[in-house]
Amino acid sequence: MCLAVPGVIKEIRGNIAVVDYGGVVKEADISLLESVDVGDYVIVHVGYAITKLSEDEARQSIAAWKEALERLARF
Amino acid sequence: MLAFKDFRSRELAKRALGVIEKLAAEESYTFMHVCGTHEQAITRHGLRSLLPANIKLIAGPGCPVCVTPASEVDAAVALAEEGKVVLTYGDALRVPGSELSLAQVRAKGCDVRVVYSIREAVKLAQAEPEKEMVFFSIGLDTTAPSVAAEIARGLPENLSILNALRLTVPVMELLLGLGDLRFEGYLAPGHVSAIIGAKAYEVIPQAYGMPVVISGFEPLDLLLSVAMLIKQVKEGSAKVENEYSRAVSYEGNLRAQELVNKVFEVATTQWRGIGRVPFSGLKLREEYAEWDARRRYALKESRGVDIRPGCSCHLVIIGKLSPQECRMFGSVCTPAKPYGPCMVSQEGTCNVAYRYSQQVV
Repeated sequence: MCLAVPGVIKEIRGNIAVVDYGGVVKEADISLLESVDVGDYVIVHVGYAITKLSEDEARQSIAAWKEALERLARF
Repeated sequence: MLAFKDFRSRELAKRALGVIEKLAAEESYTFMHVCGTHEQAITRHGLRSLLPANIKLIAGPGCPVCVTPASEVDAAVALAEEGKVVLTYGDALRVPGSELSLAQVRAKGCDVRVVYSIREAVKLAQAEPEKEMVFFSIGLDTTAPSVAAEIARGLPENLSILNALRLTVPVMELLLGLGDLRFEGYLAPGHVSAIIGAKAYEVIPQAYGMPVVISGFEPLDLLLSVAMLIKQVKEGSAKVENEYSRAVSYEGNLRAQELVNKVFEVATTQWRGIGRVPFSGLKLREEYAEWDARRRYALKESRGVDIRPGCSCHLVIIGKLSPQECRMFGSVCTPAKPYGPCMVSQEGTCNVAYRYSQQVV
């Protein structure tokens, strides 16, 4: 029920964004988000974008984990 | 998108599993998640069989379809039988009421339609203004903002809301108060958390000394979260950590929270298999009462039969019993012909266990 799907914003028209979920394109309401731009990744639940996905955060957490895994593997 | 793909990396997952094995050593750990989407991800990726045997992941009350009580389904069924058009998510259609489900009254000729979102319900009501329509609004914290947004914008006059929205954190607290459940940490649901923020869980370590890690839904997210929980337990610490930082902030989605607060107030509500949980539901505020189907149609609260004789869903919902331990599982109760609520939804613990035929607890 709380299934939510990440996609990338292709186009914005007022409160509605056209979101591409890896090939499947569907409209989503973006009024719950402060600011979004074309090219942003968002997570969409029941037709509403609920949060932006941060690629920086993703990169940082993967990097931090690689480091932690290396440290722990030597442990 | 490359950075997101790393969360499915086989090589990183292997390394994470090695680390988990090392961290856990000989100790046993049990962690509970409270999210149907987590259950699907854990089962689909076979994480239970990949994790060392001394680490158990159990499913708590995370599927809104499973915890919607029969009395609410009965209300939706009664409205459909009176000739209203009932609109709801596909998942809600087969949830058993005391006697009938919405799918069964539809088969009898009532007008019950599946919508993907409340937006679609609004559009349908606008397209057919001569019909009285009711949106059966089930869901958790994740779904509430979409409903609040549409109500705040103003609904078509012929549409009202049969509200059944519930909140996750109060039921997580309630389980800790039961005392006889044994687990060492919570995997908190990522999408619920995108709305309510990491801050919403602070009460759990503070009041109950229970570690919490907010987890994403990729295999690596879940493995890393398990490692984080083991680490907290080993260090004797209890705090809220956020593994899913690419989607969840400490404060959460403030705009969504404001909208939910504007339209709804917190109320005590009934959970199927659990009972009445204080401050765990959302109720329309007085200013929006005109959209409340219960008021508009003077619906009486039925008692409802939540758990039918022989069904063990009340124990499965709180993680005390695995689906396979129920004698109805796979014989009397299957996804094609569900007997209990946990077998209905694609995210119900029994439904997931049946489809992927794997040990869940």
